[in-house]
Amino acid sequence: MTKEEKYTLAKWAMNHALENGAQEVSVNISNNQSSSIEVREEKIDKLEQALQSNLSIRLFVDKKYSSHSTSRLNKEDLARFIEEAIEGTKYLSEDEFRTLPDPELYYKGDGPDLGSLDKNFGNVDPEEKIQAAFAAEKEILGSNERIISVSSSYYDGLNERVMVNSNGFEGDTANSYFGLYTNVSVKGDGDARPEFGWGETAIKYNELKKTGTGTTALKRALDKIGAKKIESGTMPMIVENRVVSRIFSPLMNALDGSAIQQKNSFLIDKLGEKVASEKLTLTDDPFIIGGRGSRLFDGEGIATKKRSVFEKGVLKRYYIDTYYGKKLEMEPNSGATTNLVFETGDKDLDALITSVKKGIFVTGFNGGNSNGSTGDFSYGIEGFLVENGEIVKPVTEMNITGNMKTLWANVGEIGNDVREDSSWRTPSILFNDVDFSGL
Amino acid sequence: MKVDRRDFIKTSGMFAAGSMVLPPFVQSCQNVQISADVKSYLDHFEVTTEMLQKVIATAMSKGGDYADLFFEHKITNSLALEDGKVNRAYSNIDFGVGIRVLKGDQTGFAYSENIALDDMLNAAKMAANIANSSSNFNAADYNEKLPANYYKISKKWEDVSVKDKVPFVQKVNDKIFGLDEKVIKVNAGMSDESSYVMFYNSEGRLTHDYRPMISFYAVCVMQDGEQIENAYSARSVRRGFEWLTDDLVDELANEAVEKTNLLFKAGKPKAGEMPVVLGAGGSGILLHEAIGHTFEADFNRKGTSIFSDKLNKKVAENFINIIDDGTLPNDRGAINIDDEGNDVQKTYLVKDGILNSYLHDRISAKYYGVEPTGNGRRESFRHMPLPRMRSTYMENGPHTTEEIFAAVDYGVYVDNFSNGEVKIGAGDFTFFVKSGYIIENGKLTTPIKDINIVGNGPQALADISMAANDYKNDSGTWTCGKDGQSVPVTLGLPTVLVKKMTVGGTNA
Repeated sequence: MTKEEKYTLAKWAMNHALENGAQEVSVNISNNQSSSIEVREEKIDKLEQALQSNLSIRLFVDKKYSSHSTSRLNKEDLARFIEEAIEGTKYLSEDEFRTLPDPELYYKGDGPDLGSLDKNFGNVDPEEKIQAAFAAEKEILGSNERIISVSSSYYDGLNERVMVNSNGFEGDTANSYFGLYTNVSVKGDGDARPEFGWGETAIKYNELKKTGTGTTALKRALDKIGAKKIESGTMPMIVENRVVSRIFSPLMNALDGSAIQQKNSFLIDKLGEKVASEKLTLTDDPFIIGGRGSRLFDGEGIATKKRSVFEKGVLKRYYIDTYYGKKLEMEPNSGATTNLVFETGDKDLDALITSVKKGIFVTGFNGGNSNGSTGDFSYGIEGFLVENGEIVKPVTEMNITGNMKTLWANVGEIGNDVREDSSWRTPSILFNDVDFSGL
Repeated sequence: MKVDRRDFIKTSGMFAAGSMVLPPFVQSCQNVQISADVKSYLDHFEVTTEMLQKVIATAMSKGGDYADLFFEHKITNSLALEDGKVNRAYSNIDFGVGIRVLKGDQTGFAYSENIALDDMLNAAKMAANIANSSSNFNAADYNEKLPANYYKISKKWEDVSVKDKVPFVQKVNDKIFGLDEKVIKVNAGMSDESSYVMFYNSEGRLTHDYRPMISFYAVCVMQDGEQIENAYSARSVRRGFEWLTDDLVDELANEAVEKTNLLFKAGKPKAGEMPVVLGAGGSGILLHEAIGHTFEADFNRKGTSIFSDKLNKKVAENFINIIDDGTLPNDRGAINIDDEGNDVQKTYLVKDGILNSYLHDRISAKYYGVEPTGNGRRESFRHMPLPRMRSTYMENGPHTTEEIFAAVDYGVYVDNFSNGEVKIGAGDFTFFVKSGYIIENGKLTTPIKDINIVGNGPQALADISMAANDYKNDSGTWTCGKDGQSVPVTLGLPTVLVKKMTVGGTNA
């Protein structure tokens, strides 16, 4: 579907809902196309192509609310689908807080190009994609006798979406992605077969780094050989930038409007208070050119804005959408994160490691969870023992356990090795006094 | 009888009057001998056997060894309650066909959300590209395969109006508020699913399945002074509307309140290695993570599982029998056929302590020269099948729970979990304990909460030193993820003792 066709269908669906009993309507239509090629043992192992279309509709009917989605986009089917959905909605309870956003807050157009789309998306030679995957595998195939299995994948995709709201919003987005990934398993000690996967991603094909996934994955798999648990103890922990999000996401979840209103947050009533180390300064910036979370408007159509989240450990905002804004009597400020930008320290990862006398450098998590309402957490980890500033040996089969409030109050150092291939632009972070369990 | 075939596709179940069901008799439009049942599925998907053959021939046109078509129409309806009222609903309709072509162990896959012949042929051409020679395909005769019937139901969810479901969700809220004055919030909801599946392959097998599913959950939030805690209860089964009862509402409400109350008194154990007693039921997550995934034959075929060299070797005590079963009546993990059209079975992974079988899909079964075990599953027509678990459990052992507790001086007892994970190659697995107890001198003492337990698969399996005779299946909303695909599963366990695993806790 072209953008114009999507707009036409979305407006038709919106009007059909308005004509059949809905007072307010929001319609999203999306197309997603994707392809992937996985190679193994110098053959194509899997070849996948997908083209997906979806319509989702949010209905506000007699102060009642429901949302629906379907992959059946012909008008005849959609008409019945919408009529039935409106009928069904009438059996729900009223919810006075459900409305579309205040039109004043909508994105009005004329924003900058945020660089989310490769305009040459369709022009990449399919043979070149296949060769990129083979080349990644070839980097390491047969290069080490410990290798058991190597698989490399090339993948790409294009997501296009239009949204119309019945109180005066129209907007569309398009974003593309390209990726290369290599996974390698190696013979370890005993029956263990350590593995590691390394990937590169880019918004534009020409910016995709085509080399190094194989060699990086192999090096990191080999580094894990012989990993064992060590004694339990309270030690500093350095968490690698790639995996920081596992322990950072519970902190962000605690700022979510629904978590606040539903009492499932450990940061209720903490706006303006110091809740974390003063080393934590974080900004939500939707306007970074080429940022993976960049956007001009949010899922409701509200214009995005650069906002401070934490300033020297002081909580500056929650994430409030229209619905929970009404319930909490707070101004909506968009319910979802865009790009999260840390104020960095002056140490890179090596310097962080050098600064630790005895601690653990965490490079991966294994399961675990965090209790939303209390912040109590426990996660499985793997990584390396650090002694006197040097990596000594790989460790695995251990847990870290504690509370999110304490953990983020104990930030020792924010690294400067920010990852830019993610909307959460996390650096490596050093935490003090973390409880590790092992032997 | 005049039936508007297109009604089947549009119906959401939200409509008050209910909707159409499959027509019992429909005129045949071709001369192939097929049953009324299969015919109704062909009509449901608006295809004919001639069309299926054309699509298969195109899929095989580049010299593939095998091809299959997986048609799916899934209707999902959800209701949820927040702040005392059932004030939101969600529905989704998914419709399409996945087309897969195999050449040796190589896979080509594409799908189409439109079932017009041209759209299917285009997808078939894409999938065909996995092979690159010319076709030597000879169309096979139809062999209609009647599916098993592991989930008999009385009233289909498509025939149930939203207004008949709302009261159950409301009642669970009211019941929970009535049980304890510490309750400050309740979230509750239910989600039902009706899935029509039709399968056809290049060997001529034509089969189908109708898969109902219902999930019902309640989250209870309580406050005591400054402390806020929450816990949930959930059930999910392949049953019809008749499953919803007031007794079920009471059961969910009581369980959610009980579990939440426990947390106010709970602390953390000491950090480190210790004996772990796993309570009957949901503790089957141990099997799912420690053993189940590593027994999936795609990993073993590639040599990447820690169990890759262990077939027919002793991996556990003699009294241990571990099963993956797709045939449990009305179970969330049951399937009448797998997503490659094969019969499902009760598969012994470990029999008398010996590794007996991996979990196979078509590709791995061929590789190992065995019959498929019916574990080829996929999230939807948009995904290719992979070896996946169904219901994974351990049979009863020779011990009593008293004997098991008596064997522990200091350790933990755990019986309430939220999630787990495993590293296939290293064998390290974890599961997150929502609540349990410390065991001291054979007795349950202080409650514990929110700790992760980590172990190593082969070691933990070998370390199961005792198993009781109280096996229980857990009918929670377990969903298993692999390669970005989710499938419903269940699990079960009798009370067992694992000699030692590493328990998250404090070092103070």
